[in-house]
Amino acid sequence: MRADAPIRDNARAGRLGPLLAVFRLPNDDPRKTLAVALALCLACSVVVSATAVALRPLQERNAALALKEEIVNVAGLSTGGRSLDEAFGQIETQLVDLDSGEFVEGADPLTYSYREAAQDPSASTALGDSDPADIDRRPDRMPVYLVRRNGELETLILPVYGAGLWSTMHGLVALAPDGRTAKAFTIYEQRETAGLGSEVASEQWLSAWSGKVLIEDGEPVIEVVKGGVDPSSPNAEHRVDGLSGATLTSNGVANLMRFWLGERGYGPFLDRIRSDRG
Amino acid sequence: MEKTFGRLVLEPIVDNNPITLQILGICSALAVTTKLAPAITMSIALTAVIVSASVLISLIRHHMPSSIRIIIQMTIIASLVIIVDEVLKAFAYELSKQLSVFVGLIITNCIVLGRAEAFASKNPPWPTFLDALGHGIGYSVILISVAAIRELFGSGSLLGAQVLPLVKEGGWYEPNGLMLLAPGAFFIIGLMIWAIRTWKPAQVEKPEYRINIVHRTEGS
Repeated sequence: MRADAPIRDNARAGRLGPLLAVFRLPNDDPRKTLAVALALCLACSVVVSATAVALRPLQERNAALALKEEIVNVAGLSTGGRSLDEAFGQIETQLVDLDSGEFVEGADPLTYSYREAAQDPSASTALGDSDPADIDRRPDRMPVYLVRRNGELETLILPVYGAGLWSTMHGLVALAPDGRTAKAFTIYEQRETAGLGSEVASEQWLSAWSGKVLIEDGEPVIEVVKGGVDPSSPNAEHRVDGLSGATLTSNGVANLMRFWLGERGYGPFLDRIRSDRG
Repeated sequence: MEKTFGRLVLEPIVDNNPITLQILGICSALAVTTKLAPAITMSIALTAVIVSASVLISLIRHHMPSSIRIIIQMTIIASLVIIVDEVLKAFAYELSKQLSVFVGLIITNCIVLGRAEAFASKNPPWPTFLDALGHGIGYSVILISVAAIRELFGSGSLLGAQVLPLVKEGGWYEPNGLMLLAPGAFFIIGLMIWAIRTWKPAQVEKPEYRINIVHRTEGS
């Protein structure tokens, strides 16, 4: 009776019969254990990847909107009654060729993704040993955002990124038209230690950056130091107080800032901005 | 052991609350309760995960080899948590940033695995659904009340709307900074446990051991 039951089931289930028969084995049979594990993993991975693929367009749209909002905020423009798109529309977006420091004509800066470019060997440069921000490859072009008032440059916003302790931190630094003084700084994406390193994204710490002189004689001079900044010391304008309990994250921010403001980053572009003015 | 369906849902809310009696899920109860909005999202996310995970586990309970049953339960819970996380990123991006790792940590939330192992793997889907729903609600009630207290006294607001005018904005309320820190949540949950156990003395546990007072005699 027990012996012929699977045979009848096999006939009914057709070709899948032998596969399904394994589920009729007792639960502690190793073959059943393996079959259950395989079936479960298969089912879970199909469901998880289907969800991820189906929701990706919505998530990307959200991320793009959030970035626009960050740019508007760091530019010091309030949306005050206006829609985000209206406020963002006031900001001029350009692509910069980092080596020459010139704007790139004929490319759409709004659809350009520096994250994709950094993965693409034809659109990025390997950094080799001179890689303080620890990003391996630097995109050849970066988007920059310019705020003009009555035709005069008012704020210059540069995207920056680099390695912290655990994660790649992505931020935006807003510079005054002199091309060397920070107006505002934000880190909008990071996964540093919650409660310690994650404080890099706190308003309190980021606000310490405004007014700091990041560049002197064309070279990045900004430092993140331990133990507080004495406002009366001559170097105070080049120094930001590090986060306690998050030395490596703080160093990461200093390194990425020095890299991106240096000659392999926005250096040539910033030189051009400064010489245009004076 | 026969329980009416109503009991299954209602019991975990006060009489067998996962946070105040079973003392599980404290980590998220501290972490996401500084503001009301993330606490509500977290409550919905956890309830969705615990209900669907428990029902799925109950459906396959006859086919779970006992040697890998915890791994099966974790795999199902983890998959559901990833789905919840993806859905939040797609439909509630701001909240998903505030909740950051804590949605992911639902995977290790002992309440979910506890119900899967203690109830879902031994009971049919319908009672399992009710039991999981009850535990989800029990968790949510505590989470939301702690968050309401912390946001009200810590920031003077509820769901972001200012209720108590703050001193720094020209009002009269000096916010209590302790409420925004993790110890504030510990105090609130502790006081809640005290209140519930005064109301229902049956929840008070017997001491596991007594401290014997030893009288030492000099020179012995």
